[in-house]
Amino acid sequence: MAIQLNISDIGTRENRLGSITGYSGDLKDLAEKSRCGTLRGCARCFSQSSTCLSACGLSQLSGIRDVAVIHHGPSGCSTTGTNSYRVTKQVAKKRGVVNNTVYIGTDMDENDTIFGSEEKLADIVRTTYQRYHPKAIFVASSCASGVIGEDIDSIVDELKKEIDVPIAAVHCEGFKSRIWATGFDISDHAVLTSIVKPPEKKRNTINFKNFYESARPEITKIFAEFGVVPVFLYANATVEELSHLSEAQATVCICGTLGNYLGNALEQEYSVPYVRTINPLGVKGFETWLRAIGHVIDKNDEVEAYIERERALYLPQIEKLKKELKGIRCVIGMGPGYTFEVSRVLHELGMEVVWGAAWHYDKQYENGEVPPSMDYLLKNDPNFKVSVADQQNFEILNILNKYKPDLYLSRHPGSTVWAIKQGFPALYVADEYMIFGYKGTLDFANTVLDTIRNRSFERNLAERVKLPYTKWWYDQPINKFQEK
Amino acid sequence: MTKILDKQRYKCAMSAMSTVQAIERAIPILHSGPGCAQKLSNSAGSSGFFSPNIFPCTSINERDVVFGGEEKLQSTIENALKVIDADLYVVLTGCTPEIVGDDVEEVVGGFKNSKKPVIFTSTPGFKGNNYKGHEWVIDAIVDQLLEPVAENEKEKGLVNIWADVPYQDEFWLGNLRALEALLSAIGLTPNTIFGHRRGLENIHRIPKAEFNLLVSPWVGLENVKHMQEKFGTPYLHWPTLPIGAFETSKFLRAVVEFAHLDTKKVEAFIKEREAYYYYYIERFADIFLETRAMSKRFSVVADAQYALGITKFLVNDLGRFPAKQYIVDDTPKEYQAAVKGYFKDLNYGIEAEAIFGVDGWEIHEDIKKTDYNGYPLILGSYWEKELVQQTNAHFVNVSWPVNERLVMNGYYVGYDGGLRLLEDIYSVVRTRFN
Repeated sequence: MAIQLNISDIGTRENRLGSITGYSGDLKDLAEKSRCGTLRGCARCFSQSSTCLSACGLSQLSGIRDVAVIHHGPSGCSTTGTNSYRVTKQVAKKRGVVNNTVYIGTDMDENDTIFGSEEKLADIVRTTYQRYHPKAIFVASSCASGVIGEDIDSIVDELKKEIDVPIAAVHCEGFKSRIWATGFDISDHAVLTSIVKPPEKKRNTINFKNFYESARPEITKIFAEFGVVPVFLYANATVEELSHLSEAQATVCICGTLGNYLGNALEQEYSVPYVRTINPLGVKGFETWLRAIGHVIDKNDEVEAYIERERALYLPQIEKLKKELKGIRCVIGMGPGYTFEVSRVLHELGMEVVWGAAWHYDKQYENGEVPPSMDYLLKNDPNFKVSVADQQNFEILNILNKYKPDLYLSRHPGSTVWAIKQGFPALYVADEYMIFGYKGTLDFANTVLDTIRNRSFERNLAERVKLPYTKWWYDQPINKFQEK
Repeated sequence: MTKILDKQRYKCAMSAMSTVQAIERAIPILHSGPGCAQKLSNSAGSSGFFSPNIFPCTSINERDVVFGGEEKLQSTIENALKVIDADLYVVLTGCTPEIVGDDVEEVVGGFKNSKKPVIFTSTPGFKGNNYKGHEWVIDAIVDQLLEPVAENEKEKGLVNIWADVPYQDEFWLGNLRALEALLSAIGLTPNTIFGHRRGLENIHRIPKAEFNLLVSPWVGLENVKHMQEKFGTPYLHWPTLPIGAFETSKFLRAVVEFAHLDTKKVEAFIKEREAYYYYYIERFADIFLETRAMSKRFSVVADAQYALGITKFLVNDLGRFPAKQYIVDDTPKEYQAAVKGYFKDLNYGIEAEAIFGVDGWEIHEDIKKTDYNGYPLILGSYWEKELVQQTNAHFVNVSWPVNERLVMNGYYVGYDGGLRLLEDIYSVVRTRFN
């Protein structure tokens, strides 16, 4: 289904892409069911709390420099602003820039839910504009404002007449989707519909969709060899930079789950090529990704020269570690992008994936194709057990208990700690660049070895703590609560 | 003027899940959207026996908005009892089921005879903030778990201590332990329900207490009044968090008077502790007096608890002078006059002006306009870090949100608590020569 930039609301991933949050089986079965159209996500009659799509969407937007996010809801919803404020300030400081973005709550109360608060919201937008003169304003909904039917589109349309910066309505009611990555799409949609302008001239830039640009110096240096400049999105990006996204040579991303909507939309609307390869994690991923970029910007020779030079430096070191990593059995719990990307890297390093738990699964991306990471695994790697669960901790701990891996890897806060409480070494693959390129792969391999060679922390803790689940639960099958 | 949450200092009522989380082996069951727990959880100190991603949640979706989520709640509670190894299950409701009108009380009522207690608190975010949500959870415990005890079952000297809100106050547990220690030292038996090895056993002792001690300007006042009605338990409301020697000694004397204890024992204790405290103060008095980069004036931007506690400490112990104090917890109107009054009871007839407000922008503008006659000292939340860069102030992050420092069992209560706060303040002040 084509992306529609003429409307302010978008469908959820469940509706647009047929994405799911409940499944248990294996990689080949998941792919087969996706292909023949029989994949149906299961609901659960018991579940644990996970993540709100508005937190994903609005923390993306509040990373943009000098904008205002106005979250129309009770004070709990806008708590996201308190968290993202610290991140925003710290990543700006690291880069040596100042980010004056504000995140305002409307503190919706009981009266507002009865009598409505549209006028109040408009007032708050005006006040925010007068105070901070943001370069763009995002007016976001919440469950409460959504259920009572506050019309943020009309409010935004009215305000556009008096405020002379881009303003977008951001429809992010938390009940809309169990897939918080829908929030990423919502934030992309807001940027595309309010800030991105049609191209006037081509620039030598590459749109780089990521989270917190921690590999900015390295990537800037690599890209300089090919004569292009990366524009990292959205943390620290300026509204001016965003307005020119349509003029870039290409769009690339560190995570397909994160970048897919923006990449496809820019390609569809403005013919900016979206580089759809496996991600630049591990050697195979990095080289495939870099070659695809080289192809798009017509710098194949420069890319090959770079690869040859760096290979000579790093491959011998990585090969040496592979011998030590061989046969380490892993369970992974990550977003669908990273679950299948990191699985490939683990295989590449000689490790074994005994179970991959993806927080959701997109059977296709906006272009209708299977995600590249999945495609690669099916063609190249051994089959392994797979489940899809929106961070359902009880399922993860059951998997760990049954499969007793040497290592658990997760990328979301609050997951690895439970593996170590159960006595399993765990590695928090937090930063999106943790396995980036040759050096990242080498660092990752060493960190895996360090993790499993000193098990003191998990042993000390596991010996002394109780687990939160009953024995009954550990005796149940993992998919016990997944309704058919 | 429209209320605007600019630089947010509190969360919504459903953050009362943290109050439940603070009770050992108690777990919230959330009838809410999938991400409320993650948003409302604290980034520090949350991976205990139960953490927010263990909390069962109905994860309300669009279908539930239309058709109601009672069935889902029923199966979630039913299975939570099987899967989760807890001793108390507290159902909390978010915004959506409250607006669409799910009958949660009815569903929870069906679990009256389950093997572990299941209780319910209505906590939609639009009904109030987490200071209120905390009170509602305590009320639910009192109403749904506890029964009055006969007069002969009351325990002489047993005192329930109630203080500010777990996790909202970063120092909640350390402070509570310090309050317990003070009461034990003067011969009382403290009873608290939060943290390590307190929990349900202590909850069941609540009705047996001789009295309730509330140490907070206003949070919890409803609870102790309610317990007076239900259990006939009298209460001592002590508004000031006792920080440092002056307020701690005053606090102890008040408790002793209320409990009709022998004053000799408390006076001996106070004498010993003040000697200890002043041993340190004496050794470091030169630093407190002889620092170039320091004026006499300070402001606190915090909830009523810290605004009041720290103001009293800095004025009455250290001889500093209060500029305006900013109370940002959305103190209910009915308490504001009383809370303002507490700031007028300072040594040498000094009165501090207390301002109530939730608009951080206005507070920052006001501070920028204030002349502190030198380097200001600002104790506040993480939001004030930015402000102090503009005003050249010394800054200590004491109130929520607390970032860039880690508090595990730290506390500001009592004699040692005062020394700790001085360490924190002067560790900042000493980064400058002039």
